[in-house]
Amino acid sequence: MKRLAFAAALILFATAPFWVGGSFYVNILSQILIGAIFALSLDVLVGYAGLISLGHAGLFGVAAYGVAIALNAGLGHLAAVAIGLGLALAVTALFAVLALRTTGIGFMMITLALGQILWGLAYRWVDLTNGDNGLGASSRPTPFGFSLAAPVAFYYATLIAVCLALVAIAVFTRSAFGASLKGTRDQPRRMTALGYHVWMIRFFAFLFSGFWSAIAGILFFYYNQFISPHALALSASAEVLLMVIAGGSATLYGPVAGAALVVVMKSVASAYIARWNFALGAIFVAIVLFMPEGLVPGTQRLLRRGFNAQRSRASAPAEGG
Amino acid sequence: MSLWLILTVNSVTLGGLLFLLSAGFSLIFGLMRIPNLTHGSFFMLGAYLGASLVLYYQVDFWLAALAAAVLVAVFGGVLERFVLRRLAGAEQAQVLVTLGVSFMVADLCLMVWTGDPLSIDPPEALSGAARILGLTFSSFRLAIIFVALVIAAALWLLLDGTRLGAMIRAGVDDPQMARVCGIRVSHLFTIVFCLGAGLAGFAGMMGGPILSVYPGLDSDMLPLALVVVILGGTGSLLGSLVGSFVVGFLYNFGQALVPELAYFVLFLPMVLILVARPQGLFGRRAP
Repeated sequence: MKRLAFAAALILFATAPFWVGGSFYVNILSQILIGAIFALSLDVLVGYAGLISLGHAGLFGVAAYGVAIALNAGLGHLAAVAIGLGLALAVTALFAVLALRTTGIGFMMITLALGQILWGLAYRWVDLTNGDNGLGASSRPTPFGFSLAAPVAFYYATLIAVCLALVAIAVFTRSAFGASLKGTRDQPRRMTALGYHVWMIRFFAFLFSGFWSAIAGILFFYYNQFISPHALALSASAEVLLMVIAGGSATLYGPVAGAALVVVMKSVASAYIARWNFALGAIFVAIVLFMPEGLVPGTQRLLRRGFNAQRSRASAPAEGG
Repeated sequence: MSLWLILTVNSVTLGGLLFLLSAGFSLIFGLMRIPNLTHGSFFMLGAYLGASLVLYYQVDFWLAALAAAVLVAVFGGVLERFVLRRLAGAEQAQVLVTLGVSFMVADLCLMVWTGDPLSIDPPEALSGAARILGLTFSSFRLAIIFVALVIAAALWLLLDGTRLGAMIRAGVDDPQMARVCGIRVSHLFTIVFCLGAGLAGFAGMMGGPILSVYPGLDSDMLPLALVVVILGGTGSLLGSLVGSFVVGFLYNFGQALVPELAYFVLFLPMVLILVARPQGLFGRRAP
């Protein structure tokens, strides 16, 4: 059943450029997919490790700035991407060492402060980052000879990246390591007593999360061919966290649904509803009140309940007769 | 010399404002364990409400500030009673709902007051300058510092000298044990939330003549309040007082002396303190 749904969704997404009508919508799909990778990466921490990070836009942005600065220094795309990834992983490791001294609200606050530091650097270190004007790139890369310049080509590249991310995160969470990560979330003391190195498990989960955030950041940079400090702001960190929680944390498809919700509200609905920000806020409040576990698990629960109700209605007359 | 003095006065003023904003935040955080991300919106809402009373209805400045505080307190009370109460202990839901409400408030403010900033004049009596020891200060800035100190003293008396204060402290230290002793902690939640929201609204109005009132004021103030509370330690009044002035100084001196690294200067000490003392300077270690 789940595999069928996944295959259907994959076919839908793979054929999307032929039926959505126009590159405007293809670009919105690309944005959703980039948001989905970013939200998936954060979900590793929020959902599976139980650590709410409010500084993930910093990791996303560091990767993007790494690529941008390398490109502007005259390096090629491959070298620039390698530098962006390496830089983001190094920063992630530093984040992890500092933030993992605590959990809960303390963790949230340290990651927030670290994210704000990166934002402040991007905003004010004008010599390196060009400040509020941001940094651009003149071209997108051509991996294996395929040019990603056209919207459709870039869309397929992000689709492949999303599939890789989904597979990687599914494998990660179902592995023995993923099980021990969930153990540190639910019973950290018991895990320590069992001889697991709780800190180390969380550290590697953080690195894994940072890696996929960096991939999302690099895709984001090439999508816009531009990066500015806004991508690192607290509001960006909050937005991706909202994607995860609204869609349903600790699920595979929840963050994807959350990313779709936020991007559609921002880019499509904003054309029709003047007060889209209000509507988005109202949707978040409604989700918390009616589906506290998030959109995807909440919908599953409602469907299951509807299914069960129908089945019991169907079997009731039989019992009576 | 005078640059240093101006910077110092500005720092202390900002510290006073931040104390008004973050005292309530800290109590809410300490008592209810809610990361109340609408606190910046309370500040902005208070500023807008007070400013419109002054500008459109010619209400006296202090009366308007009081009215703004009461209105925002009522709003906070409604939010606590009808939404946050259901979400006790669910951290993710609390983050989602408080951010969602802050989106709604920000958009409503944009709708009602449009994107143009409002500027409020300080009250007539304080619009001039005061001369102390041969140096000239803005009277209104001195008034902010004075008001903040008075409120700090009042809060301290409330928390340390009254029965209600003792109950709140008990709730901060050990909510379960406080419940067992017959304290209705859920009533305290509402009282503290209203108090915190009202103080934030009041702070917004007090900050109006200095910062002016504009869309985005909420997200400018919220991180500062977070830093204060984290530096000072959650649930500690003394912590927010010290934290506020530290942040006030770091922010103003950072902006003036090392503009390139202003935010670095602001947030780095916070990270260092958190790493050394995760519970903040004056916070108690969580049980």
